[in-house]
Amino acid sequence: MDKGHIVTSFDAELARLTGLITQMGELAVAQIDGSVRALVRHDTKLAKKVVADDAEIDALEAEVDRAALNLMALRQPMADDLRRALAAMKIAPDIERIGDYAKNIAKRTVALDQAPVTTPIVTIPRMAQMVREMVRDVMQAFADHDIELARKVWERDVEIDESYDAVFRELLTHMMEDPRRITSCTHLLFTAKNIERIGDLATNIAERIHFQVTGDFIDEDRPKHDLSSVMVVEPREAGAGNG
Amino acid sequence: MANLAETQTTEGVPVANDDIPQAIRIAAERVSVFYGEKQALFDVDLDIASHSVTSLIGPSGCGKSTFLRCLNRMNDTIEGCRVAGNIKLDGVEILSDALDVVQLRARVGMVFQKPNPFPKSIADNITYAPRIHGLATTKADFDAIVERSLRRAGLWDEVKDRLDEPGTGLSGGQQQRLCIARAIAVQPEVILMDEPCSALDPIATARIEELIDELRQEYTIVIVTHSMQQAARVSQKTAFFHLGILVEEGETEQIFTAPRDERTQDYITGRFG
Repeated sequence: MDKGHIVTSFDAELARLTGLITQMGELAVAQIDGSVRALVRHDTKLAKKVVADDAEIDALEAEVDRAALNLMALRQPMADDLRRALAAMKIAPDIERIGDYAKNIAKRTVALDQAPVTTPIVTIPRMAQMVREMVRDVMQAFADHDIELARKVWERDVEIDESYDAVFRELLTHMMEDPRRITSCTHLLFTAKNIERIGDLATNIAERIHFQVTGDFIDEDRPKHDLSSVMVVEPREAGAGNG
Repeated sequence: MANLAETQTTEGVPVANDDIPQAIRIAAERVSVFYGEKQALFDVDLDIASHSVTSLIGPSGCGKSTFLRCLNRMNDTIEGCRVAGNIKLDGVEILSDALDVVQLRARVGMVFQKPNPFPKSIADNITYAPRIHGLATTKADFDAIVERSLRRAGLWDEVKDRLDEPGTGLSGGQQQRLCIARAIAVQPEVILMDEPCSALDPIATARIEELIDELRQEYTIVIVTHSMQQAARVSQKTAFFHLGILVEEGETEQIFTAPRDERTQDYITGRFG
């Protein structure tokens, strides 16, 4: 939709709305990076910075609301313009939630630092890397109105679910091996869940982009592979020398 | 929760529903209009659903008013104007030479951009057409027509005490409602409106729009408007014309949220350069 409006200030207002969302997305990716780096490096200082920086995303979300409201009241957008305003209003809270999950990961990093025994963090950084790419790509899809890229992000969520299942199994095993690790493993379990939720939000955003660009919803069920809610790890599996 | 199913079945009474496909009142096929050598409308196919409001939108000169004026043969009054194709009202061809145009215009009423009451009393404005068409004879009958028409047009309470005063003394919005009352006095099936609110203030416009919504219970309404917000507010169907071509028609919601044709999109979003 590169054709400009007759009223050019309308274009400027739409561009500003899009710019705010892009800015939110960039901040969210930085927050994911920061929270995971802090986790892996046991960097409490960085973790605290991530917690503090979340307020910036919140402030941008409020600005998106104001800009979208003004656009609707003053310009009465139609068709793709209307879908664009609506998408911005729906994507902004999704990014804000992503920021909240990153903040929560950072908070747990501070708590983990005080846990009695540490647990090796193996799968979580890899999972976080995948989710970070999803968020980055979905924001690119938003900027470019690229429904193909949005769909690819949407399809990738199944990999995150599988990773989450692996982390869940891994952490349960650690807890059974050494109950002193329960505190740290519980925090890590929530951390993994937060990352998995970020993946869900990225797929939400992908769906909203699809609607914004085409006016239609993605009409299939999303592939899902989160088995953790029904998963049980038998003690035997954890013990050595059983087979 | 046990009686949930029961509630659902007892509520299954048929009600008027915008989702139910409606009967076609007017069927236009390959309608072309020529003003002398110049062709103003090209092979327009459009069905107008009964008991609904259809908006015709498009930039100036797109042919929307020309099309509207075909529906009650108003183009006959323009010298050198020729209409080709077929337009059926309830299955009967209205472009036929054998058709009584006066009778047609009683069935297909029209309201114009500028309120144009006759320079007569409010009551006489209403009774003029029924008198010509012989729809009433006694004073009581005429009084009943005046009251019924003014009530339907939402004007009765404002003018019932001064029916003998001139219609031209009313405010612009009242005059336009008087013209609508005048149009419905002969019990038409279809009401054509050519930018009925463009000379009115927002309050008078809102009252006409409310009236249009009420009138569609009984009549089929086709409205030409330059206000896209108005088309979005009042109509169930919208047809977009451009350069004499019907570009796209469909449910109003679809046209304004997800139009299929790029020209429609450009027009309604204000991108025509």
